[in-house]
Amino acid sequence: MTDITELTVSEALNALKKHEFTSTELTEAYLRRMEDNRQYNAYITESADTAMEQAKEADKRYAAGTNRALEGIPLGIKDLFCTKNIRTTAASHILDNFIPPYESTVTQNLLNDGAVFLGKLNLDEFAMGGSNETSYFGPVINPWSKDKPLVPGGSSGGSAAAVAAHLCAAATGTDTGGSIREPAAFCGITGIKPTYGRCSRYGIVAFASSLDQAGPIAQDVRDCAILLKSMAGFDDKDSTSCEVPVPDYESFMNGDVAGLTIGMPKEYRPEGLNPEVAAYWDKAAEYLKARGAKIKEISLPHTKYALATYYVLAPAEASSNLARYDGIRYGFRAPGQQHLDDLYINTRTQGFGAEVRRRIMIGTYVLSAGYYDAYFLKAQKMRRLIHDDFMNAFKECDVILTPTSPITAFPIGDESMLQNPINMYLNDVFTVSVNLAGLPAFSLPIGLSAEGLPYGMQLIGKPFDEGTLFNVAAKLEADAKFERK
Amino acid sequence: MAIDNLTVKQIAFLSRLKVEDEKVEATKEEFNKILNWIEELNEVDTDKVEPLISVNDTVLRMREDTVASGNCKDEVLKNAPAAEYDYFAVPKVVE
Amino acid sequence: MSEYIITTSKGKWEVIVGLEIHCQIISKSKIFSSASTEFGDDPNVNVSFVDAGMPGMLPTLNKECVRQAVKTGLGLNAKINKYSEFSRKNYFYADMPTDYQITQFRYPIVGEGEITVDLSDGSSKKIGIERMHIEQDAGKSIHDLNPTKSYIDLNRAGVGLMEIVTKPDFRSPEEAGAFLRKLRSIVRYLGTCDGNMDEGSMRCDVNVSVRPYGSTELRPRSEMKNVNSVKFVMQAIENEAKRHVEIYENGGKIEQETRQFDPTTGQSKLMRKKEFAHDYRYFPEPDLPPLVLSDEYIEGIKAEMIELPDAKKQRFITTMGLTPYDAAVLCENKEHAEFFEKAATGHDAKKVANWMMSDFFAMLNKKRLDIAQSPVSAENLGKLVELISKEVISGKIAKDVFEIMAQTGEDPEKIVEEKGLKQVTDTGAIEKIIDDVIASNPDNVSAYKNGKTNLAGWFVGQVIKLSQGKANPGIVNKLVREKLDK
Repeated sequence: MTDITELTVSEALNALKKHEFTSTELTEAYLRRMEDNRQYNAYITESADTAMEQAKEADKRYAAGTNRALEGIPLGIKDLFCTKNIRTTAASHILDNFIPPYESTVTQNLLNDGAVFLGKLNLDEFAMGGSNETSYFGPVINPWSKDKPLVPGGSSGGSAAAVAAHLCAAATGTDTGGSIREPAAFCGITGIKPTYGRCSRYGIVAFASSLDQAGPIAQDVRDCAILLKSMAGFDDKDSTSCEVPVPDYESFMNGDVAGLTIGMPKEYRPEGLNPEVAAYWDKAAEYLKARGAKIKEISLPHTKYALATYYVLAPAEASSNLARYDGIRYGFRAPGQQHLDDLYINTRTQGFGAEVRRRIMIGTYVLSAGYYDAYFLKAQKMRRLIHDDFMNAFKECDVILTPTSPITAFPIGDESMLQNPINMYLNDVFTVSVNLAGLPAFSLPIGLSAEGLPYGMQLIGKPFDEGTLFNVAAKLEADAKFERK
Repeated sequence: MAIDNLTVKQIAFLSRLKVEDEKVEATKEEFNKILNWIEELNEVDTDKVEPLISVNDTVLRMREDTVASGNCKDEVLKNAPAAEYDYFAVPKVVE
Repeated sequence: MSEYIITTSKGKWEVIVGLEIHCQIISKSKIFSSASTEFGDDPNVNVSFVDAGMPGMLPTLNKECVRQAVKTGLGLNAKINKYSEFSRKNYFYADMPTDYQITQFRYPIVGEGEITVDLSDGSSKKIGIERMHIEQDAGKSIHDLNPTKSYIDLNRAGVGLMEIVTKPDFRSPEEAGAFLRKLRSIVRYLGTCDGNMDEGSMRCDVNVSVRPYGSTELRPRSEMKNVNSVKFVMQAIENEAKRHVEIYENGGKIEQETRQFDPTTGQSKLMRKKEFAHDYRYFPEPDLPPLVLSDEYIEGIKAEMIELPDAKKQRFITTMGLTPYDAAVLCENKEHAEFFEKAATGHDAKKVANWMMSDFFAMLNKKRLDIAQSPVSAENLGKLVELISKEVISGKIAKDVFEIMAQTGEDPEKIVEEKGLKQVTDTGAIEKIIDDVIASNPDNVSAYKNGKTNLAGWFVGQVIKLSQGKANPGIVNKLVREKLDK
């Protein structure tokens, strides 16, 4: 028998139902594997004790036949989700030893379905980054690393690395500009950012409220379907949560792609696009064509402006969302301050890392008097145009197929990225538009680069049409036959 | 719209962050690089475009006026770096 | 209306005033959280994780706060905006846990309106309302418990506020005072705010500027924050206008600035702030989609609107015959107006009004009672007036009866009956007393007859005194003259 930690969620659920092993055994196996693989730095906090209690409860339920949808499945939780009585850091020094007295809605939904939480996963500080290098708790190492350590992508780098290295059966992530999809692509696994409003944001440390969305990161398409079903749902505690029924996503995986029109936006093929990426993109289109889907070139004319739009709106919202970390009510406070402004300034300067400070200041600037119209309002108008591009495109196609990222995982400490933040921002070029438009998007592995590193393909759907994404993703997955770590 | 050193200082204060004097110049350069990049948005005429504020065109729901939270001062105060007599404590605020 | 002009040896100046009033919304729970709005509990008791600005917490809008705002908007004769937006106003403030305030900026829930204020000379003036928006209140800092620390209590953080901004329509302290009293009266009628300025549930910022009399220019204004009584608002305007005039006349300049009013001196002082420190960076609140109200919703609230002070006052004047002044005084307070209407039903309304505004209010004042606690019920006050109207008792006896009513709460008819206070209207009995008085005072009779006719009053007084006040004064007066002139 294979190592039980290498089973997918659906396989593990079947085995648990058949009493092939217990949740306690499974959880212990993961805890051991976590202990043996701390070099990845995937977890910020391990919660072995609560995990074992949850596993025991799950075993009782299996014995009693009252097991729920995710009963006994050991998950990792991105450390941006507040978890009751378990330290939540957002990978920042400023939340120093913050123990939330409440549970986020998404993690509560998972607990209500019987999940076991192994611990809190590393990420870029406040989810701001694309490489997991801005974490106060240090970078995460991509399990695909060969001679030198590679980044797992970000911001959900800990989640992606942990899933790829089997340090949890699946994980939660959040995605503001690509933070689920990019690390999923870099680590050769799957992840979906659902439609904005699909998963409640209640209890998730906010980065950019109008863009943030939670979603699963898992080994395969089916596991994403199982997890999303559990995570999603209307929540009256989040005023942007949508009252839309959550379907059984797994059922879409048996669908047919014949008759579907797959759009390929020409703007995503700029001059100088990495030929490997272009080749995999075309290959993915061929797989779908072979199954009867129609491939159509479409246009998303404002694509070029998405990144700049995003890097106005996201920092602006972040500058306001992160104001509350002021050293008064929770988290870190700079010692020995005599005046309130000094307390604020020193707490925040010492408590936030460089990238977070940079984004707060950029955000402050674009909202400030005299610049609001030129930057923030302009960006909100661009957001409308980008959103409308997609709505127009969806008049002639059902799903949009693009690469997830123009590159594969790069080395930790890459000079060009560190020297110029814009170079790092450019990695989000294929992902940010989706957040601006509020659309669902899937990333799944398509193949390896010449260097043996995974590439991801992105499938973008109509609002609340995640089901079709699961249908198409299942076919691509079957055809690509990607071999996970 | 290039920013100058004074603006860097002012933005830092508005953000309640400190930029050390010797880092002001570098910060200014970096911000101007980012802002220049952002200004490519000016290539697009958006005069007649409505800003997008709520992506799903959702309308605000309203909650019934019932008391359903609060009465949890221990939990509210337990993470505070300084709490005294059930208050949050800060250095004296001079109004 | 007599104009309010500051006249100096050098010239004449006109005062321009606008007000911004924060009214705490009456609701059970806070505007964006479900914690209680209760006042006076132990520190940080009525605080939810949302109010404490904990990570990941999100606002949800209280339906009742919106309803109260729409009611108030209708009460201000203002346009209700079917589309409004919440915005964040960003600034670091220890009492504000998220370090931004959720308020409304570009699109407030209530647009332009106007209310009429009544002035002491009997005239009235329309004051324009610029807008009204809803927002959240901040917590409170306590500075006097520790010499080196401030203590923060978030119980008030998140309570709903309505901020009413007037046009710069006031030209005198009196107009501003009358406006505040009118506004307080309206929100109290509507039950949307308790209007208690001394407790801070209604707070006023005052914007003052002056200009040479007759000019139309607008000069820089100073804004005085949190002036917490009608009297102080009037005082602040008066003193600030004088300060402006003095500076201008000495060749100085006024800069737009924020000042703090000191109630102990009546003067204001500059609140020192760095210039760029006030950049609120408003932007639409991404946690709350736009607020959209339907026509039916607004019409529904309109249909439930009660009669407001102006309408009630007009009705008291036209259908009950009150003077505009009496009607205005009685209508300022809804409970007073309702008490009056109950008391006046079926009786002489003008007399009831007179009684309320003199003996009745004096009694409440003396006993420090609210009208709801009055020992004299509305029905009994009406009955008392009726006894006077029907000449069962005289006005003088009525005062005694009222005293007893105030002590015991008894029915005036019962008091009059039991104490035998009924007026004597039997001319025979009265004539007998008059005859006695004439017989025993021959000197005054002859003085009267020799031209000192004002002695008739003395005779009337004697007769009423001998009747122990029960003789009807009209009859006594008539008979005394008849007999003396014989």
